[in-house]
Amino acid sequence: MSELRDKIQNVIETEPVALFMKGTPQFVMCGNSDRALRALREAGAPVTAVDVLPDPAIRMELTSLSGWPTIPQVFVKGELVGGADIVEELASDGELERKLTDALGSDYQAERAETVVSVT
Amino acid sequence: MAAVAREKLQRLLESAFPEATELKVEDRTGGGDHFHVTVRSPGFNGLSLLDQHRRINDALADPLRDGTIHELRITTRGTE
Repeated sequence: MSELRDKIQNVIETEPVALFMKGTPQFVMCGNSDRALRALREAGAPVTAVDVLPDPAIRMELTSLSGWPTIPQVFVKGELVGGADIVEELASDGELERKLTDALGSDYQAERAETVVSVT
Repeated sequence: MAAVAREKLQRLLESAFPEATELKVEDRTGGGDHFHVTVRSPGFNGLSLLDQHRRINDALADPLRDGTIHELRITTRGTE
């Protein structure tokens, strides 16, 4: 259990942009996860996605780490940005791109890769 | 059943945000588990979007935990 927690924490702390979602970017299993992913893509964010569905323990540990009860959850440089509604709202007025630039530098869009990592 | 869940969320939010100038709970699908809540409150003034949503999540902690809410959309606004 604590090994899982460590892996989740590690993703949050080391990935520039971490998206905990239902499904993967190639096969999204939930409308809210899809909205968060689209907003991040439109902002040109380098997304590292973690599917929470393979094991209910992933979501439990994640929520206990972040204090956020729902999925998706988006982190930038280790800091919780929020769920789909917040990311979408920040994206709509350019705030998301500003946040990414502040956290990752003005050339963050150059990385623009989508990666999937497993914590199980 | 569906209406019961919606009313329960409405009551929880009303007691958590008595000062709200707008408070709405929509059942998005009619199935009683996909909700969109909208709260406009002077209590949100000066809070980040993240903290505003945290206060909604806190108010709805029980129905989020027990599965009453399968999917939640949140819209919050201050009054300034």
